[in-house]
Amino acid sequence: MPKTVEVRRGVYRDSVALMQLSHTVAGLPGVEAALIAMATPLNLGLLPGLGFEATAGTSPDDLLVAISADDDDSLSSALGRLEELFSARSSDGKTATIVAPRTTKSALRRSGAHLALVSVPGQHAFVEAMDALGEDADVMLFSDNVSVDQEIRLKDEAHGRGLLVMGPDCGTAIVGGVGLGFANVMRPGRVGIVAASGTGAQQVCALLDAADVGVRAVLGTGGRDLSVTVQARSTLDAMRILDADEGTDLIVVISKPPAGDVAERVQAAAAELRTPSVVGFLGRGRDDLTALTANVLAAVGRPPLDSPRWPAERSRPPRAGALRGLFSGGTLCDEAMVIASEALGPIGSNIPLEPEWELGPDLVASGHLMIDFGDDRLTQGRPHPMIDSTLRLERFSQEIEDPSCGVVLIDVVLGHGSDPAPAAALVPVIAAAREQDVAVVVSLIGTRGDPQGLEPTAAQLQSAGADVYLSNAAAARAATDLVRRRP
Amino acid sequence: MMRLDEAPAVVTAGLGLFNDSLGAQAAEVTPVAWRPPLPGTEDALAAVATDPRTVVANAEAVRRLTTSRPRLVGIERAGDALGLERGEFLHAGPPIAWADASGPVRGALLGAIVYENMADSVEAAEALAPMVSLAPTHSRHAVGPMAGVVSPSMPVFVMHDDVFGSTAYCTLNEGLGKVLRFGAYSNEVIERLQWMERVLAPVLAATLRRHGPVDLPSILAQALQMGDEGHNRNRAGTSLFIREIVADLIGVELPTADLAAALRFINGNDHFMLNLAMGMGKAAADCARDLPGSTMVVAMARNGTEFGIQTAGTGDAWFTGPAEVPEGLYFSGFTAEDANPDLGDSTIMETVGLGGFAMAAAPAIVQFVGGDVSAAIENTQRMYEITLAEHPLYQIPALGFRGTPAGIDVTLVVRTDTVPVVNTGIAGREPGVGQVGAGIVDPPRQAFVDAATALAGRAQAVADMTLPAATLTSEKSELLPSS
Repeated sequence: MPKTVEVRRGVYRDSVALMQLSHTVAGLPGVEAALIAMATPLNLGLLPGLGFEATAGTSPDDLLVAISADDDDSLSSALGRLEELFSARSSDGKTATIVAPRTTKSALRRSGAHLALVSVPGQHAFVEAMDALGEDADVMLFSDNVSVDQEIRLKDEAHGRGLLVMGPDCGTAIVGGVGLGFANVMRPGRVGIVAASGTGAQQVCALLDAADVGVRAVLGTGGRDLSVTVQARSTLDAMRILDADEGTDLIVVISKPPAGDVAERVQAAAAELRTPSVVGFLGRGRDDLTALTANVLAAVGRPPLDSPRWPAERSRPPRAGALRGLFSGGTLCDEAMVIASEALGPIGSNIPLEPEWELGPDLVASGHLMIDFGDDRLTQGRPHPMIDSTLRLERFSQEIEDPSCGVVLIDVVLGHGSDPAPAAALVPVIAAAREQDVAVVVSLIGTRGDPQGLEPTAAQLQSAGADVYLSNAAAARAATDLVRRRP
Repeated sequence: MMRLDEAPAVVTAGLGLFNDSLGAQAAEVTPVAWRPPLPGTEDALAAVATDPRTVVANAEAVRRLTTSRPRLVGIERAGDALGLERGEFLHAGPPIAWADASGPVRGALLGAIVYENMADSVEAAEALAPMVSLAPTHSRHAVGPMAGVVSPSMPVFVMHDDVFGSTAYCTLNEGLGKVLRFGAYSNEVIERLQWMERVLAPVLAATLRRHGPVDLPSILAQALQMGDEGHNRNRAGTSLFIREIVADLIGVELPTADLAAALRFINGNDHFMLNLAMGMGKAAADCARDLPGSTMVVAMARNGTEFGIQTAGTGDAWFTGPAEVPEGLYFSGFTAEDANPDLGDSTIMETVGLGGFAMAAAPAIVQFVGGDVSAAIENTQRMYEITLAEHPLYQIPALGFRGTPAGIDVTLVVRTDTVPVVNTGIAGREPGVGQVGAGIVDPPRQAFVDAATALAGRAQAVADMTLPAATLTSEKSELLPSS
């Protein structure tokens, strides 16, 4: 009969706990006898009676482990179980006071989570993200102002560990049906989205939802991922994750046009995928987000979408004047400028299409202009306009007073993370604009499941006097037509 | 690889808004109670976080710290064991000159000069004191409580770890009241030291020869389950030590009166175990020294003027800040006005995961932390946030036998602005007064900031020597599928 008598030097356990342990081990399948006890003379004296040989040279501070079993397998599994019992805590360690985890590492170890959402100020974000990777967790890095060196370091570390870093400056992701950051409520589906643009992904989500198409996942990469320096590290890794996923039937890539050879690199990677893909590089002379969504619908065999709109009732045409776009989403602002500038010419902006269209620091001009209120320079020390629209609403009121303004184009982004009741603050301003015959056009980016309610929000904005569009491109065209007085 | 088919459990660090929206989606969320790191440290923290050596080095450092098993192997004369020549004296904490030394350290040095027969009066000793040679105990693998003064004739415990081969030393505890370590130097102090040298040390040395090495970690593990934390409470440990040796002690062939006196002395001093535990702690911490890239603390010590730390990744360098006056309970007749700034090598206990770190095990002394058991438990729980591991041997019943937080990571201290909680005795500021109270003290944050900065410098030096592979924007990196 296989047996073991082992002396563990200086391992102390309370005798009552050891009695319990001996009983447990003795009751395991195939175990003949077990004595786990401190090596006191009394306990040593028990060994012969249990069929073990006496052992010498021990001290009462030593732990005695004596087990006999019917066969080797039973013996080794009993020893294995003993180790588990030794390392198990006798209770969950909970007490009246629980000290909250102070680092990402600590929180991950406590929770066993494998995803970290990091949104601390940028100069501190790297360390928290490295914590997460070290604990085998994927990272959504919402923080901006992370250096490009740190971004590359994080993405290489993640790549080496088979993990994904979404960000920095990643606003939107949906993983396992859970929206992270700013995310719309999507029904489960089989389309996987890789997006360097958060609001771009949200626009595509909104339009897909209107077409009854769900998503498998939205994986963000951060706006700088497709730069020459970062070389699409996260985009390529995210594409691979979706390609390996059995639940993804179509992979959609959304980004501004990448610089240098990065576009070719992404296209080449897409061509290697076993999963069909739609690569959408946005910008002048290219498909807009709505057209990109049409390509996606075609690829999954759905009919084209006539995107929803909620037109205002206007008793008389708007006053003559320039177009003023006030955006919270940079990609939406960019898309609107591309569309409007085709018909209207130069559009001043803080994120201009042409360098000479750059607005001064006061962001004022007499012609057409569009402002991205989510731009880093306007969010320092201030919440993002998707959370708090105070600054944007102030500007909206100023535009109404400005006789050179004829049409205001504004985006309203719904979903988790965004202002829970965006219409409440907007309605009075839209009503005031109507009084002054300033036309208001709204891009309403949302889904039917969003907590703010898509239809109720649209109805409130519409009845206040705004033309509301689910498609930002359609809204931009409508606003352009209003400026050209061709309703 | 990222799972896309199940709702993820998520840890959030930063905006509370995102916790709320995850909560609204019924996702399992664990928020980090994040606060900015100590000012001006973000670059150093980032540099250390990129040091490829750190994870492995820290794992090894804490493995050595927590799996070493230093045993008491004997008692020797300090002069022989530490290579101390006549006229050389050791003191607790980081290096200090006589001119900067506080009252208790000066008092202890004066007493030790008299004890060594280098002067026949305290006045004569005062004239001599500025000229004697001073060195930190830690520079000779030794520790001493409070002033920590060691002179050649003093007996020292010898601890040896068989696992990693370290040896460390600590003086014998003199008891409470007027004692050298608190800066007292009266005749009774000197006479007690002489008795310890003449009677106590030979009795214990002979006892140990009969008994063999004493497994100190095992005694401490038991003591922790009996209400000690190994720094400010040593009642159980002292009792267990006596129980361990008593049979061999009474068999020693020395006058029975001496044996009885030795036993009575140990039994009359609840802190006799402290010096044994400190020597054990020093031997354990020294096992983890000199591991390049490691950010783990291997020594914390006070000299009454400055609080200093050393790390496994920065050799023998000390990082210091001003020692603060502890907060706590004062003996009747004393107030904080009478207290000396923080003093002694006994912070080696916190360094190995005992003392303040094990406070949850010692409800009997919660008066020192404000009289609240939950505060004691919270102190221990907070320390898990700045340590690398849970000690496999030292367990806390009140926390479900969870191991004590062990292995302080300098970068975690700096990131969380959570300094090690240190239990300590409080010395009177005037030489000769002795102990005036006990309590807890905050180590200076500057010491940890400076250590993190030095570690960052070493990490940067390593990065500069190797190819900058991590920051390459090379076309060769394997971004494309290799098919």
